[in-house]
Amino acid sequence: MVTFLQQVLNGLTLGCIYALVALGYTLVYGILELINFAHGDLVMIGALVSLSLVRALLGWGAPLSVALAGGLAGAIGVCVLVGVALERLAYRPLRHAPKLAPLITAIGMSMVLEQGSALLWGRGYHSFPDLGLTHALSWGGVVISPLQGVIVLGSLCLLGGLLWLVQRSALGRAMRATAQNPVAAQLLGVDTERVITLAFVVGAALAAVAGLMVGAYYQVAHYTMGFMLGLKAFTAAVLGGIGNLSGAVLGGILLGLLEALGAGYLGDWTGNLFGSNYKDVFSFATLILVLVFHPSGLLGRHAPEKV
Amino acid sequence: MAEPLLEVRHLAVHYGGIEAVCDLSLRLEEGEKVALIGANGAGKSSTLKALAGVVPFAQGSLSFDGEDWTRRPAWQRARAGLILVPEGRGVFPRLSIAENLQMGQMGRPDPAAMEKVYARFPRLYERRAQAAGTLSGGEQQLLALGRALLTRPRLLMLDEPSMGLAPQRVDEVFEVISEMVQTGVTLLLVEQNARRALELCDRALILESGRVVFSDHAAVCLASPALRAAYLGE
Repeated sequence: MVTFLQQVLNGLTLGCIYALVALGYTLVYGILELINFAHGDLVMIGALVSLSLVRALLGWGAPLSVALAGGLAGAIGVCVLVGVALERLAYRPLRHAPKLAPLITAIGMSMVLEQGSALLWGRGYHSFPDLGLTHALSWGGVVISPLQGVIVLGSLCLLGGLLWLVQRSALGRAMRATAQNPVAAQLLGVDTERVITLAFVVGAALAAVAGLMVGAYYQVAHYTMGFMLGLKAFTAAVLGGIGNLSGAVLGGILLGLLEALGAGYLGDWTGNLFGSNYKDVFSFATLILVLVFHPSGLLGRHAPEKV
Repeated sequence: MAEPLLEVRHLAVHYGGIEAVCDLSLRLEEGEKVALIGANGAGKSSTLKALAGVVPFAQGSLSFDGEDWTRRPAWQRARAGLILVPEGRGVFPRLSIAENLQMGQMGRPDPAAMEKVYARFPRLYERRAQAAGTLSGGEQQLLALGRALLTRPRLLMLDEPSMGLAPQRVDEVFEVISEMVQTGVTLLLVEQNARRALELCDRALILESGRVVFSDHAAVCLASPALRAAYLGE
């Protein structure tokens, strides 16, 4: 029971991070039907920028809270700039091109961001400064760190806020209208290019937050970390039904739980033939099963473009 | 004479190499009601789309209220009151009816105007929380017209408002359109049902293969045996 609760807690932490990243995929897909494969690399940039800033600020003697706030703000700023630049320079010129062109461009942009980051930060692993938030509190045998609490609560607030924005605000209404029929939205005075930019801005900001969280959680950042994380979050978005925001949240959390529980029990089930290092298998087996048997996902409406 | 509300000079619309509209000129005075009549593919919808800004002018110019609007994007035109209700109605199927109507207010909420629309269309009020995609075709057309009312149109362009509707629904739709023009809005109407269009409008332009081949008062068009034979099926 303790193992189970522990893995649920770990899975929830991971799942919240996946959900934040998955929202970035699904926001853009919902409007442009583009799978922005460079999105995972924004998380990597968020992690590396926040790591560098937190380390620098701590080095100058700033208190932890100031260093974290500065790291977060810097990461959000840089990620938003990169996200908007991607949209303007790479995707907007291809707006009316066949769908495969922006998709391939997205894969190319992912490489550009990775190799660009390798130039700036080098190809080595960077360890995240100790935030002092990782000392564990034991709670009936279940170990929880304050950092996990911050990640789960922070993500849930952001997810709730975003769902409110999209489902209840006038801006969100314009976003949903643009996703359903961009021409009709223009005919009602919606600047659809601005709505598209906004989807990239929101997605990039969430990726920045996820980058700081994932860097702090695993205490490491690396220029290729965005690839696997991006793929997992994409899986989460597909699992929930790509283009559907609540689906992305649900898919992210389910995937996190699945991975953590799988990793926790796989060794026992298979007589230690397979260990927790096989946890990625769960995510990608899920992706394949969803794509084969229910491509519209749990809450989705229509099948996504094949990729 | 006062400046016209809208003046189109030598409009051409091209799709790839195909010329959909060629050298079309049109002046609309404030409050005028003009019908565009022609067979399928004559360039009626393309003309409306070019005026609304969703397809570009290959040639020609558009002035609206004395200003050059040829290169302005569709969303700015809509905000200035150049409103197109497109063919197929442009209803957002997965937004609720209320949200569809709110889209017509373009971020300028006006509860009094909304109430008026609900009072005029009690069916929409009853079902306001429902997804618009659950409405029948006729009800979706009424929703699109109700939403157009909320946009504060100065020029209202309707593309085939009666298409695919049952006869009683067509009556209802035309009733709403005539109520709308009584408020003084300028109307540019594309309609397969040429008789109804001519009965409602002051003037008509007849299009063939992207060109205006005839233009006169609606009464003259209705009286012309050649036009009756070609467009009223007589």
